[in-house]
Amino acid sequence: MEPGEIHALLGENGAGKSTLMNVLYGLYQPDEGEILVDGEPLKLRGPSDAIAAGIGMVHQHFMLVPVFTVTENIMLGAEQVRGGIAGFLDRRRARREVAEVSQRYNLRVDPDAMIEDLPVGIQQRVEIVKALTRDVDLLILDEPTAVLTPQETEDLLTVMRSLKAAGKSIVFITHKLGEVKAIADRITVIRRGRTVGTASPQASRDELAALMVGRTVRLTVDKTPATPGEPVLEVAGLVVDDDRQVRAVDGVDLTVRAGEVLGIAGVQGNGQTELIEAIMGLRPLLAGTVTLDGQRIDGWSTKKVLRAGVGYVPEDRSVDGLVKEFSVAENLVLDIYDRPPFGRGLSIRPDAIARSAKERIEQFDVRTSSAQAPVGTLSGGNQQKVIVARELSRPLKLFIAAQPTRGVDVGSIEFIHSRIIRERDVGTAVLVVSSELDEVIGLADRIAVMYRGQIIGIVGPDTPREEIGLLMAGITPDSTGDAPATTDGVASGPEGPGSKDEKA
Amino acid sequence: MAVPDVAVAAVDEGYWTRTRKVGLVLLALGLLATVLFGALATGEQARFTLSENAAGAALEVNGTVGAILFGLITLAAGAVMLARLPKRWFIPVLAVGLVAFVLSFLCWQVSAAPDGQNFMPLVNIVRGTFLLALPLIFGSLAGVLCERSGVVNVAIEGQLLMGAFSGALFGSISGSVWVGLVAAAIGGSFISLLLAVFSIKYLVDQVVMGIVLNLLALGITGFLYERLMQTNAERYNSAPRFSNWEIPLLSDIPVLGPALFRGNIFLYLALVLVLVIHIALFRTRWGLRTRSVGEHPTAADTLGVKVLGLRYRNVIMAGAIAGIGGASYTLALFSFTKNMIGGKGFIALAALIFGRWSPTGALLAALFFGFADQLATYLGAINSVIPGQFLAMLPYLATILAVAGLVGRVRAPAADGKPYIKG
Repeated sequence: MEPGEIHALLGENGAGKSTLMNVLYGLYQPDEGEILVDGEPLKLRGPSDAIAAGIGMVHQHFMLVPVFTVTENIMLGAEQVRGGIAGFLDRRRARREVAEVSQRYNLRVDPDAMIEDLPVGIQQRVEIVKALTRDVDLLILDEPTAVLTPQETEDLLTVMRSLKAAGKSIVFITHKLGEVKAIADRITVIRRGRTVGTASPQASRDELAALMVGRTVRLTVDKTPATPGEPVLEVAGLVVDDDRQVRAVDGVDLTVRAGEVLGIAGVQGNGQTELIEAIMGLRPLLAGTVTLDGQRIDGWSTKKVLRAGVGYVPEDRSVDGLVKEFSVAENLVLDIYDRPPFGRGLSIRPDAIARSAKERIEQFDVRTSSAQAPVGTLSGGNQQKVIVARELSRPLKLFIAAQPTRGVDVGSIEFIHSRIIRERDVGTAVLVVSSELDEVIGLADRIAVMYRGQIIGIVGPDTPREEIGLLMAGITPDSTGDAPATTDGVASGPEGPGSKDEKA
Repeated sequence: MAVPDVAVAAVDEGYWTRTRKVGLVLLALGLLATVLFGALATGEQARFTLSENAAGAALEVNGTVGAILFGLITLAAGAVMLARLPKRWFIPVLAVGLVAFVLSFLCWQVSAAPDGQNFMPLVNIVRGTFLLALPLIFGSLAGVLCERSGVVNVAIEGQLLMGAFSGALFGSISGSVWVGLVAAAIGGSFISLLLAVFSIKYLVDQVVMGIVLNLLALGITGFLYERLMQTNAERYNSAPRFSNWEIPLLSDIPVLGPALFRGNIFLYLALVLVLVIHIALFRTRWGLRTRSVGEHPTAADTLGVKVLGLRYRNVIMAGAIAGIGGASYTLALFSFTKNMIGGKGFIALAALIFGRWSPTGALLAALFFGFADQLATYLGAINSVIPGQFLAMLPYLATILAVAGLVGRVRAPAADGKPYIKG
């Protein structure tokens, strides 16, 4: 690393980027090898050593205490105190320092705001300020853009440029090629824990992707135009609370037709999870109706919803999608273990389960040592394939996939995407929720953008990214403000069959 | 591009907000007080004396009039809540309504008491309230320290019991109250140390561990009580007692003076500890770190806070405090008996939750439970028409109502009960 350099660390999920950086930050101890700072070998026994050596880190999952104020979070661990051993907090001095640093680097934060009340973009800014008040020279940003809207990402890139101008070095960990090309001075690509090459930002996206995955990949989803049929899923006036009894879904109307993919875009935490869980009968509805093929299914148990022909890929596979300790074969029949040919009366039939597992493993290219291996030992991509295989093994009317490729390697992403499109082409209605905008754009025939529990707009897949990004930030073209108003697309409704859906 | 700041969306609860529901309950209580208590009260005077006996200055009211009057106040508080009430007025109005209900009840009870006994000595009531609340205050402070740093402390009962036992044992052997006090603190922290090691190091489920420790403390003290104390009470169970210290000037305040400032060291210690811990928790470095460890240990760790070390320290400190709380029995009031804490540790746990994990909140909750306890004692003494069994139930009934009904939605520290595993 050079001073004032932005060094991108590029690699697939699970390639070892975050582990490497956690070692650098002293959270993990290296088994072998050493770290050199200014030519001196550095031994890090913990994060405090790293901070002392001038290394700061912004973690992928923010390290902020939600019920503390911005100032409290920033002072934690390096508190300004007075009163000797009693150690009374000197909040005034801490606030002044926060204000000073945020002004110097043009990172506006309110020192007295509660973290839990702040949007993620601002929380991230707090993280950066936190590192800067500790006088770091090297800042590690671990997947900083994963939770941001495109606009917030732009803001972040601006901040990174100004930090660079101030002589700070930045390690930028990501798997998003566009951002790397936009900002990095140097790129190191990591695959399976090894450096496989360095590249300059002038390298093309395809070159970088090939380096990352180890072979050429297609970055777009091949598909023919959709031929939508009758409405299959109709959601009207849906209102749902989250676990804290806070309104999460606030009057959503949606229609998904047979043979089309409706994508729900939006920054995470805008009610997508609760919407899907309500449709699946996993969460009580406070108001509204859910209709499947003309039949009201709200109030049904999840089992009944599944039996009615709904396939469901939950967003967190390790919690909701799989029983990790169970074998691959058992996980493949979790939905129908009690039905023939797998179950008869009170007993289940292991041979039938094993036979069907073998078939599915082949069909869905699940890489596992055996059908009897615990599913938890598989890689993320292969676990996801097990879920997809299970859900697509029933005759479906509706297929719901939430974050279908989160934490999944590029090869598996390709495969899962093609399966989703294949399902669409046989006439199933498909609902895809993803916080990856590229994934939604690639898969969907229509895109619904969710913001604060509402569908803020429904647009066609050809809508410019920027416009969808604005919607994700809650800015609609008709409520101009400082947003560049693009009048086509949203206001007039998407071209083609979805146009009856006006935005909610 | 400026992203509009996200404000927290207001939650629309519909017509039946929490305030309205509570208002409805108050309305029902008020009606009960006005009609039932008013009818049952006699025309005798109900006297609330400022001294310890029937003589002296007193507040007096005709029983029937008082019961109806205070019942109407409760009714009014309920009605105000049913109509619209600004949020900041919720707690004061609720307090007025409940206090009036209790007063209405007392007017009935006191006026209906047998002749010569129809007075209520306020000094005794206040003093008794504090006395009965003492172990609860110490216990819930121990809970605050543990749970604020992320360790669930169900073992308060065991810590109190161990403290009471070792205070009695070593106080008797040495003949010194101070040795007894130190021994009590060590006894309590011994139980705490076990809790810390098993829940922090060996990641045993903290609730299960707490219950096991309660049983362990009960077993050890019970066994040693039978083997040592019963056979040779003279030597092993006759600890010296702290005498009452009168604080000049303050002890001359009417009612509060004799009740609060002629107490023993434990009373003063409890009040000071509440204050010190409250200030320390919210205003010092130690407090900030403790709370961060209880809310988001990973964040604390990445900033160089020693999560496990801090948890160990706080849990052991909590044990010492609870141990001293146990000694407030054996080094001031009674000699040790088997299972003498008798569930107070669990009430302390309730006080902790009722007090929303804050030291001053825990103090108020403990006093509330202490008052219920004291009231039951008093009503028994004046031969109340309410059967003694129901009176004995009063503190626990108050606990259930308080924790379930009045607390509303409280948030425990986010990492409470979750072991921290590095990496």
